[in-house]
Amino acid sequence: MNWNEHFPALLLIIPLFGAFLAPICSLGGKMARNILLVAASFLTLVVAFLLWRNVLANGIQYYVMGGENFRLALPSGMALPVRIILEVDAFSAFMALCGSIAAFAGALFSVNYMNRFSGQSRFTSLYLLLATGMLGMMITGDLFNFFIFIEISSIASFGLIAFWRDKPSAIEASLKYTLVSQVGSMLILIAAGSLYGKYNALNMAALGSVITMGTMEKLALVFLVGSLAMKCGAFPMHMWLPDAYAEAPTGVTCLLVAVSQASLYGLMRVCFSIYGVAMGSTFVPWMIIIFGLASMFFGVSMAVVQHDIKRLMGYHSVSQVGYMLLGLGVGLLVLGDARGMADYGFTAIKGGVFHVFNYTMYKALLFLTAGALYYATGKKDLNEMGGLARRMPYTTFMFVIAAAAISGLPPFNGFVSKLLIYESSFAVHPSLAVVALLTSVLTLASFVKVFQTAFLGPEKNSLLSVQEVPPAMLLGMVVLTAAILGATLFPSWTLSNLVEPAARALVDQSGYIGAIVGGGM
Amino acid sequence: MIGNAPFFVVGVLFLMGLVSIFLSKNLIKIAIAISIIGSAVNIFLVSLGYRAGGNIPVHFLAGEGTTMVLPTPQAMTLTAIVIALATTALLLSLIMLVWRHYGTLDIDEIRRLRG
Repeated sequence: MNWNEHFPALLLIIPLFGAFLAPICSLGGKMARNILLVAASFLTLVVAFLLWRNVLANGIQYYVMGGENFRLALPSGMALPVRIILEVDAFSAFMALCGSIAAFAGALFSVNYMNRFSGQSRFTSLYLLLATGMLGMMITGDLFNFFIFIEISSIASFGLIAFWRDKPSAIEASLKYTLVSQVGSMLILIAAGSLYGKYNALNMAALGSVITMGTMEKLALVFLVGSLAMKCGAFPMHMWLPDAYAEAPTGVTCLLVAVSQASLYGLMRVCFSIYGVAMGSTFVPWMIIIFGLASMFFGVSMAVVQHDIKRLMGYHSVSQVGYMLLGLGVGLLVLGDARGMADYGFTAIKGGVFHVFNYTMYKALLFLTAGALYYATGKKDLNEMGGLARRMPYTTFMFVIAAAAISGLPPFNGFVSKLLIYESSFAVHPSLAVVALLTSVLTLASFVKVFQTAFLGPEKNSLLSVQEVPPAMLLGMVVLTAAILGATLFPSWTLSNLVEPAARALVDQSGYIGAIVGGGM
Repeated sequence: MIGNAPFFVVGVLFLMGLVSIFLSKNLIKIAIAISIIGSAVNIFLVSLGYRAGGNIPVHFLAGEGTTMVLPTPQAMTLTAIVIALATTALLLSLIMLVWRHYGTLDIDEIRRLRG
């Protein structure tokens, strides 16, 4: 039996099985439950890694649930592409790898972090369910199942954001997210329905092979782009994001960062693989670029004035998502233009894809250090902290690495991806690069502020008894630090092995379609 | 013309839901508006799958008809209804907790997280 072909299904089954095993495991005590949480997320990471290696070696892999062929063939000879299908190309595998690293780090961190609270069996279930939803969004090859997985991850995250239900602010944040995201997912379902009504297919590859622009397709595109941009926290629809990130337990915030990347993945899959060159006009690419610029600038300018540490980082997430939208939007702009693509378009996509990896790693790490500060001091307000570098040396060290990476200081990986985005967006219009550079400067300014107030300066009397956080929390942070340092020390290896195949797979629409419907519908 | 009537109803219901999400101040009314949007989407899916005079798509004893109804939209609708049930329940329980913490359901007064 060849296990390799079952990896896409295993990637979903392991966390899903873990989620429903959690209440039973909890009967065996705290230890059994914690082992389940860490083991399930570690196994997911291993499967994601093997899947990624497999896809790089053998090309696009697809898995049909409950059947051999993606078509349903009737005795009359009629065949329809209606089966449930998972399709993994290098871009999906790359996203799944990023997502499962963040999920593993968050799980390790939560073992100690959630130790003081009750209701942990529910926490474990919802955490693994959220991971399932996220990974499902990344590897599904079917528009309706994309909707299902987005709903699985949404429902799990509503529960997790409101996990501390005795806190009014947590309930408020969760309610806000629920309202916004329900409207968004209904729009996705309408879009899926309109495309189904026109083409009798929900399979993304089958849709991509037949799509031609008309009123229905434009309507579906607007609904999909609008709601997915909302789900990944682009500017005008970002108001739920800082609240949700600030109020969720920290291990969950680490995973929510990866979940927002799954929505970004969906946006890119729709734009590049379903619509692709058929999109025709430059309206949507420009919309994505403008979303990106607005999120970058307004996100960071809101972040500079915050003094709640996790809210500050939440606003930075809005601004970092802007970089990816800018990079991928520039790539989308020149999708049909071979010369522009070779000149700067592909660089922009590489920058955007690399930034997805970097952002997931350093943002998750920053949230974990913020959680560690909260765990050790019990405070979230920056003005009440000070001099913690002496008490928490390891946390400080990892915070400095993450802050340097997010601000794009030279040797770090954030610098590489930002440089790729600057130089390619400059070729479209210099003002795009100016906004991106300005954002980077403001990011640095606000992280210098955090570092200075929380870690340096005189020790506060109220913080004299603070100790370094327990080892499992440190281990969770070390996983992410190792990923950042790896990408920093071996930038050319990372670019050519991790980023470039993913970027090439994203651009290669005919490859994505051909792998499934190569022999025609 | 009459064949397009379901889609017209879908549009009206959807707009009604969307408008009342933005205009209502009461959280329960907003939850109802979200359910209305959900119903509009479900009607949309069901009416997409309707074929006049269509038969059930079974292998055996399907009858004489040549038109068959593909069951995918019905399956999608059932799934969407189940999901809508879960989210509505969750939404209402969150609203219940909001009432317990804030003592009001007016969205203008629930503003601890602005700025």
